[in-house]
Amino acid sequence: MTVPAADETRVFKGISASPGIAIGRAFLLEDMDLAVGRWMVPPEAVKAEVSRFRAAVADTRKEMLGTQQKILKLLGKSHANLIEAYLLILEDPLISKDVVKAITQNRVNAEYALSEAVAGAVKTLEAASDEYFRERRHDVLDVGRKILLHLLGHEPQSLEDLSEPSVIVARNLTPSDTIHMKAQFAEGFATDIGGRTSHTAILANSLEIPAVVGLHEISRRVRPGDMMIVDGHTGTVIVNPTPDVIDNYRRERDIRQQERRDLERLRDQPAQTKDGRRVVLAANIDAPSEVKNILANGAEGVGLYRTEFIYLNRKELPSEEDHYQFYAKVAQSVLPHPVIIRTLDIGGDKLLDLGFSQDTKSEPNPFLGLRGIRLALKHEDLFRSQLRAILRASVHGKVRIMFPMVSGLEEFRQAKRAVESCMEELRQKKVPFDEKIEVGLMIEIPSAALVVDYLAQEADFMSIGTNDLIQYTLAVDRVNDEVSHLYEPLHPAILRLIHQTVAAAHAAGKWVGMCGEMAADADVTPILLGLELDELSVSPSLVPKLKKNIRDLNFADCKALTQDVMKDPTRDNVQKLLRRFRNR
Amino acid sequence: MIERTFTVQNKMGLHARPAAMLVQTLQKFDSQVRLRKEDQEVDGKSIMGILTLTAEYGSALTVIAEGMDEQGVMDSLERFFTSQAHEE
Repeated sequence: MTVPAADETRVFKGISASPGIAIGRAFLLEDMDLAVGRWMVPPEAVKAEVSRFRAAVADTRKEMLGTQQKILKLLGKSHANLIEAYLLILEDPLISKDVVKAITQNRVNAEYALSEAVAGAVKTLEAASDEYFRERRHDVLDVGRKILLHLLGHEPQSLEDLSEPSVIVARNLTPSDTIHMKAQFAEGFATDIGGRTSHTAILANSLEIPAVVGLHEISRRVRPGDMMIVDGHTGTVIVNPTPDVIDNYRRERDIRQQERRDLERLRDQPAQTKDGRRVVLAANIDAPSEVKNILANGAEGVGLYRTEFIYLNRKELPSEEDHYQFYAKVAQSVLPHPVIIRTLDIGGDKLLDLGFSQDTKSEPNPFLGLRGIRLALKHEDLFRSQLRAILRASVHGKVRIMFPMVSGLEEFRQAKRAVESCMEELRQKKVPFDEKIEVGLMIEIPSAALVVDYLAQEADFMSIGTNDLIQYTLAVDRVNDEVSHLYEPLHPAILRLIHQTVAAAHAAGKWVGMCGEMAADADVTPILLGLELDELSVSPSLVPKLKKNIRDLNFADCKALTQDVMKDPTRDNVQKLLRRFRNR
Repeated sequence: MIERTFTVQNKMGLHARPAAMLVQTLQKFDSQVRLRKEDQEVDGKSIMGILTLTAEYGSALTVIAEGMDEQGVMDSLERFFTSQAHEE
């Protein structure tokens, strides 16, 4: 094996813990090994040894409280709670009682008693089958190490003394190390261990410090002062990069920073074209926890809450109460914006997994089988418990109900009757709900789009689900390689169905949205605006870009483009028009 | 002495934050509280004990409380486990 030249470029791949690019000199944070010496404490010194240990615990606690205050100031309460877990470990009987017991009974030194107690807990956690619990052994180790440092009288290493832009390299970092990185010259960090769920990764993300973890032995392969690049987007660390590489990364970092600043500025701006046409830009979610994410991205509400998530990862059917808790939480946290809750859109196979075996059989063609509203209407108990939960949650915010997979008027009426009957039931029980709750449907089956003028009379709103609408209209399974080239969102048939749907809705004085992937396609945005959709709902991370696109457009131009497209909606012509529009 | 079994409803299991909340809840009581999962038993006031139980989503936890305020322990645990159902 040849030893690499001192300044040879080396590339390490790890786990991306926090995005961003950091460039700087390596600063190595030393690591304390917990293997410590054991010696016997003479009987007369036992008491002093116990107080030495207690003092170290007290000092550690003081240090942690300091860190907690710092986090509280920088990031707020929810992050400061991370330290709470560390404080609890510190106060744990395993440390506060068992270590003292080991010192007094076995007459061993405090360092040894502590390392034994910590090693025992770590060993048990290591055996856990769940990654999350395995990861928690680092928390226990961190606390143990902190106490040990105080026992040994070490001064904590300080990052605040850094005098040039640096990349911190360590075996592992504790949250308190991480929080100190807000110090001026700590640009980013790279560590041997850690995963995406480690506290340190969470903090790095919130502090917006670029970080790569899980690099195995970076702390032993880098020397202090080595030039380093941490690419938190790809999880790559480059040691001793050439000047060209550094320049490239600098440029990329500047571009990304500029982009982020632009998007942040956009967050509180309306989704409005230059000439003042306003659309509602909402986001699709699967779980209540995503709400803060969509608000951070500047979305105006939840355009599609897919409730299927509630049915996943469980052994039995969710109760009405389960549903209610989820919906109330979303309704409350998204205020003042609305949430559109889509009723269950699962197939029969899923029910089987939940132990609901009542005449569910495997279907030869599930996409044309019992799913969406069909399944809900067949198993009305299931449907009604979800509807009651939605109605009850409606007092907590602005809630709307939307049915999936409706093929025509009869189904919509039947589903609406179920809602009305649930309302009556709640009225009798004197349970409050929003009497004016809007009830709408998804337009995703071609037959519904073809009778949309009837549906528009009876629905409060409609939302076009493009993924299914395209598949069903063009009879194309887009994951089938043989035919996927036929999956064309801008097929004239699709454009015509969208156009008809919007026209019918507006003629009836109702609003209409779109919640499929097509809504996020930047090329298609001008056409969707030109077709006069009132609302677009996309995945949270796509909201800022889409908003920027909308704000760069003129509605009049979009209108003209769409008229040209509708005149000759063949693929070649549409592509030509779009190209010309892009280069206008 | 009261004994009762609860199901862990948190999708992520009793990880650091819920475990911390559980310990903080129990520290308010004088009663001795033991938690049992299968054949492993730990001190309910020990965060590390609870973490070593690795009580994942859906696992059954038996709580044994003994002391003057044991009924209070069970009542607040009941509230704790129901509220956990809606956290992720």
